[in-house]
Amino acid sequence: MAEEKKPEFWRWTETNWVNPQTDWKKAKTITVGIDVGSVSTQAVIMADGEIFAYGNMRIGSDSPNSARNGLSFALEKTDMPESRIEYCIGTGYGRVNVPMADRTLTEIACHSRGANFIYGPQVRTVLDVGGQDMKAIQCDDKGRVINFLMNDKCAAGTGRGMEVFADLLGVPIVEVGERSYNVTQEPPAVSNTCVVYAKSEATGLLRKGWTTEEVLAAYCRAMAERIYSLVERLGVTPEFAITGGMAKNRGVIGRLMPMIGLEAAKTEWDTQIAGGVGAALFAYALCQKGRGRDKKPRSA
Amino acid sequence: MLANYGYQDGSGEYFITINTEKCNGCGDCEGICPAKVFEVVEEDPNDPMREEPVVVVALDKRRKLKYECNPCKPSVRRRAPLPCVQACKAGAISHSW
Repeated sequence: MAEEKKPEFWRWTETNWVNPQTDWKKAKTITVGIDVGSVSTQAVIMADGEIFAYGNMRIGSDSPNSARNGLSFALEKTDMPESRIEYCIGTGYGRVNVPMADRTLTEIACHSRGANFIYGPQVRTVLDVGGQDMKAIQCDDKGRVINFLMNDKCAAGTGRGMEVFADLLGVPIVEVGERSYNVTQEPPAVSNTCVVYAKSEATGLLRKGWTTEEVLAAYCRAMAERIYSLVERLGVTPEFAITGGMAKNRGVIGRLMPMIGLEAAKTEWDTQIAGGVGAALFAYALCQKGRGRDKKPRSA
Repeated sequence: MLANYGYQDGSGEYFITINTEKCNGCGDCEGICPAKVFEVVEEDPNDPMREEPVVVVALDKRRKLKYECNPCKPSVRRRAPLPCVQACKAGAISHSW
């Protein structure tokens, strides 16, 4: 039987970026934050507390290679040797799997700090919707966590669910947001946010004659409702910032914000790197406080 | 910081909230909890700049608090307050259910 390559609709673009203005040779402290999530990995390199380069890849937390690949990807466009790295912090679901990390931190602390950096210090509520969990965080003007709520039991209404749906409906994931608005009338939300049930519900709706766009709209709405129930429990104080991959999905965020009754803060940065940015900032702060690594040559 | 550990599912919300401003990491709750839900850590994993010990809900208990805490919850035979809430002199622990 001929092998047929199935198009991967869930696959989103991996990016790496380097700040051409930064001269790493002049920087005193180079710190790195590596956020190994459940479906993606971000490595952020910071020179004296400013973002120098980052890499954002779609790989899981299953192997120690995710962190290694992520860091190599971030270093790719720079000419900086890895030995220049002063301190490295691992975070995210797969933080135990970051062999080059000097220490680990929870993603809660990192996302709060990262959102404070990429959205500005006026952020008070951070919502992170990642691959398999979501968390709502309240923080102060320094990015310190005041209150947090994490749903770590069920992955319903998170990024991976959206990927499964993109695949099921054959819609490239980057188009999901736009296409979900391509409906004459907003359909009611699917009753199940659980990916497994929602998938069979969606198949049923397609058979009933719903268009792909209508099913997408119904699923986006269900996800927004699910996210809202988490945010509502914690309470929302402006400004409200969203980090993680879901922040890029207009279909869900566009439906969520009217429920909350606020405008989401905007940023030029990639929202997925917030965790890595926070980790790198903590690394920098620890070095500043003299709690960094001893100045010894890096052992393998 | 109010640290909420737990989850929400179809049957309800199960969160243990630890007020880290009040918690001094004494470990009284750790000793008294029959299910070993609490754990004292040297450094708050959610606030690396804090340098005092603090109590967290153990990682492997966070997803089954409903069941782990059930033996202490009020029932026909038991009316007393929860041992962990009572043991905490600082009043840092509260349950959402």
